[in-house]
Amino acid sequence: MKPATFTYHSCRTVEEAVGHLGAAADAKVICGGQSLVPMMNLRLANPTDLVDLNRIPGLDAVEVGPAGITVGATARQHAVEISPDVTAAVPMLAAALGHVGHPQIRNRGTVVGSLCHADPAAEMPAVFATLGGSVTAQGPGGTRTIGAADFFDSYLTTSLAADEVATSVTFDRPEPGAGWSFEEVTRRHGDFAIVGVVTLVAVTGGSVAQARVTVFGGGGTPQRMADAEQLLVGTARADVDEELLRSAGAAVSSALTPTGDIHGSAAYRRHVAGVLVTRGLRTALDRARG
Amino acid sequence: MMSTHPKHPIGLTVNGETHDVLVEPRRTLADVLREEVGLTGTKLGCEHGVCGACTVLLDGSAVRACLVFAVQAEGAEIATVEGLAEEGTLDHVQQAFTDNHGLQCGFCTAGMVMTTHAMLAENPDPTDDEIRVGLNGNLCRCTGYTNIVRSVSAAAASAKAAQPGARAS
Repeated sequence: MKPATFTYHSCRTVEEAVGHLGAAADAKVICGGQSLVPMMNLRLANPTDLVDLNRIPGLDAVEVGPAGITVGATARQHAVEISPDVTAAVPMLAAALGHVGHPQIRNRGTVVGSLCHADPAAEMPAVFATLGGSVTAQGPGGTRTIGAADFFDSYLTTSLAADEVATSVTFDRPEPGAGWSFEEVTRRHGDFAIVGVVTLVAVTGGSVAQARVTVFGGGGTPQRMADAEQLLVGTARADVDEELLRSAGAAVSSALTPTGDIHGSAAYRRHVAGVLVTRGLRTALDRARG
Repeated sequence: MMSTHPKHPIGLTVNGETHDVLVEPRRTLADVLREEVGLTGTKLGCEHGVCGACTVLLDGSAVRACLVFAVQAEGAEIATVEGLAEEGTLDHVQQAFTDNHGLQCGFCTAGMVMTTHAMLAENPDPTDDEIRVGLNGNLCRCTGYTNIVRSVSAAAASAKAAQPGARAS
């Protein structure tokens, strides 16, 4: 229950952090540490070097702009959760953060760290997959942006290179008036989801212009469910009835191939995901204006 | 042979007092508080961020001391349960836990009390639901939580009563 030895680098610039990541045999970035340190305490992770971003000035900014919300790498989850500007611009983000761990976790944990850890049952990756946007990463060759659709590779794995530091994430702002929902089933509030669903629905001129459905806890990454989305897009709002919402749920249940564990079987996850899709789309449609 | 993992000299400010300690980077804040600083009020239950027994305040925020390395806490203000009582008199949160039977074995209590301090600083008048959500990162295996929720409620009430001007109303 104690971590193995490692060399610690408290960095003052991103360039310094990138340098250490490139030079060390098996370095890990640490910021909030709320996923990494448990793994180190259990010796599931034994990095040779920890590269700490916490003391790099300016990385904790949270900026709400007309196109998106940009959250710096060291911004704590709790700071984003209680920001009135974030809640006003993208209520889905603030609502989802309330389900991330416990108060003590959110006081230390970061939004960017949650994305980089890429737990498939975590809330932030699912919100990112739904809203869209990009992660800005800095490596030895400079800075690049990685779109939300390309960021998650598989279970706990992203497309970041080993010597890249994710310096911020930008969540795209939804269409004005778009409705949303965040639903998850957990054993206890604050646990990772057994399965969860995020939706975003925009209604324009009386019909559904955009529908996004993301399942988390149902596979190796958060998954956008194209079949369910296509059932809604282009449909007149008045024609979206309970039967259609149940069909969307059924489409998700049959498309998913989750694995079972002690918290729930694969069949249970498929069933619950379908129920949450039906319920979540109903909520999103009720919230949508236009 | 030179060690590849040298100890770091750090200064930790704990309950207003500075302690100079020499620590390996892998030592958690919880272990350093207990073993180097000698403050064993902070308890270690699970050591992987589930139980909340090791909760301390880091610059006023409740954090799990088992998930922060001591080297990361250099320069921060750390508050532990030892800093609450003054000259043997319990502070209002500790007193409320005592009065309301908010503990049995006591192992979770330091974490509960520190979490309560952070919760009430942000929300001085929480509902029972808000208290339950605020404490959902702290496990107690004895009480069933009902008396802990009562204790937090009582602590909030006594803080309110102690505010200047409150007695007149």
